[in-house]
Amino acid sequence: MLEIKNVTKVFNAGTINEKVALDDVSLTLEEGEFITVIGTNGAGKSTLLNAIAGTWPVDSGEIWIGDTNVTKLPEYKRAKYIGRVFQDPLLGSAADMWIEENLALAKRRGQHRGLKIGITEEERKEYYGLLKEFDLGLEDRLSAKVGLLSGGQRQALTLLMATIQKPKILLLDEHTAALDPKTAAKVLETTKKVVEKNNLTTFMVTHNMKDAIAYGNRLIMMSGGKIILDIKGKEKQNMTVEKLLNRFEKASGEEFTNDAAILG
Amino acid sequence: MSIASLINRLPGGVAQGLIWGLMALGVYITFRVLKESDLTVDGSFATGGAVAVVLTVKGLPLFVVFPCAFIAGLVCGLCTGLIHTKLKIPAILSGILVQFGLYSINLHIQSSAANVSCNPDKYNVLLSLRNIPKAIIIGLIFAAVLIVVMYWFFGTEIGCAIRATGNNNAMAKAQGINIDNTKLIGFMLGNGLVALSGALMAHYQSFSDVSMGRGAIVIGLAAIIIGEVLSEAIFKKGCSFYLRLFFVVLGGVVYYLIMVLILWLKVDSQDLKLATAIIVMLALAIPNFRKGGKAC
Ligand SMILES: Nc1ncnc2c1ncn2[C@@H]1O[C@H](COP(=O)(O)OP(=O)(O)OP(=O)(O)O)[C@@H](O)[C@H]1O
Ligand SMILES: [Mg+2]
Repeated sequence: MLEIKNVTKVFNAGTINEKVALDDVSLTLEEGEFITVIGTNGAGKSTLLNAIAGTWPVDSGEIWIGDTNVTKLPEYKRAKYIGRVFQDPLLGSAADMWIEENLALAKRRGQHRGLKIGITEEERKEYYGLLKEFDLGLEDRLSAKVGLLSGGQRQALTLLMATIQKPKILLLDEHTAALDPKTAAKVLETTKKVVEKNNLTTFMVTHNMKDAIAYGNRLIMMSGGKIILDIKGKEKQNMTVEKLLNRFEKASGEEFTNDAAILG
Repeated sequence: MSIASLINRLPGGVAQGLIWGLMALGVYITFRVLKESDLTVDGSFATGGAVAVVLTVKGLPLFVVFPCAFIAGLVCGLCTGLIHTKLKIPAILSGILVQFGLYSINLHIQSSAANVSCNPDKYNVLLSLRNIPKAIIIGLIFAAVLIVVMYWFFGTEIGCAIRATGNNNAMAKAQGINIDNTKLIGFMLGNGLVALSGALMAHYQSFSDVSMGRGAIVIGLAAIIIGEVLSEAIFKKGCSFYLRLFFVVLGGVVYYLIMVLILWLKVDSQDLKLATAIIVMLALAIPNFRKGGKAC
């Protein structure tokens, strides 16, 4: 479903701030795979996710989604295949627009937008049902401005927007990091439900080792712009935080330096 | 300084205020919907006036004159939009560049004359200050039609995409919106409306002048903010998009009536612009100092 072939990304090339953020990274995701991504600060997790989303062009390598080579497609064109939830709850939705308008915008992702009405009566009914399923207490507030919602509600809404049209890949970049622990747990559970219900191919960056182990069916660890661990199947199911730290130290020859990940 | 002379000036003030209010609807599209400060308007207002007067003097019918002025405005907005999105120059600078360049263009349109008149006795004009009631009615008709069309447009798929772009670029891109295109459309429509109002103003005053748009952006902002202050005072809980647009036009009228009042008070007219600038500055600043308020 997703194929990353030898992708390299260098920031500030040729300056003293040169940073090889992705160093010849290759990764293949099968349909329905739910991969969790963990690593030290600055390891390149977000950079890999942004490379898939098309935030900027990569320096070399190719990215395929299904049968489409998206390497040269701008972000807005790739959006057709990608659902995305950002770390910052403010980034995923339009604050001055209504809940239903945000959902209607997401519903039309990848489609031509013309002079047809922006949201139809049937859609309203559909959104009511979907929001009810999500259990956020928002189904009766379809015409409330999104700016009035809490961070957790906004992240859950963004998740619904990202999946309202089944994406080929769901990209989640520490999407619960800005939430309080209780809300974070709820949004993660919702994420799991949505992913399972729609059998979504998912790429989830997290700073929390426990979550990385508990969720998904494959785990990769990044360090210095490379994927240094790739754990799947039975091994993933039997993983613990200690084992993971151990494997990391062996693979990278350094200690894991992401306090949040160990403590969280 | 008799009250009678003030009352005498009010109808004309309302007519001109309506035209500025229509222009403010154009500024609203860039300033409030796209959330960009577009300074093109000082130029595109005069472009609209120039196109309208020159075509009127050529004897073209009104149904050609006004659409042409609108289209000229679309082109002005297209220039700013392209400079901003393709050459990656900040919108405010792109607008300044286009506005600056438009001065020459406007002179070309007017065959190098700084101003061109279209005497209502000789030419077919839509409205004129000789018939103020008619001018007010035409202003109101334009306002009603434009408000309905804007309400409809910003509820369409593409209209919603433009609003999303102004709200949140990251979200818009993630939802597959080509924000270069939506910005272009926004700049074009905004300046189209501004040029259309320039055409109305030129007919109303029976001439167009290459500098007739000077300060138009400030007047537009004043109208928008006065309208918002009024609507917040009346509808504490916020109001529909229809009403918000109506209040923008009303803001233009109120702004101009304040100017009429200031002039009537025999304030030196050379101080008018300074007074406007200070009023707009205060109005822009107030929300930033309100508790929990956000900067615009
Ligand atoms: N737009 C950018 N410009 C310059 N350098 C960047 C940019 N984005 C990322 N980097 C650099 O690339 C490296 C990888 O960053 P990245 O954001 O991918 O790390 P991460 O693994 O997501 O870390 P974190 O856990 O802190 O989120 C870092 O050194 C970072 O400073
Ligand atoms: Mg990151």
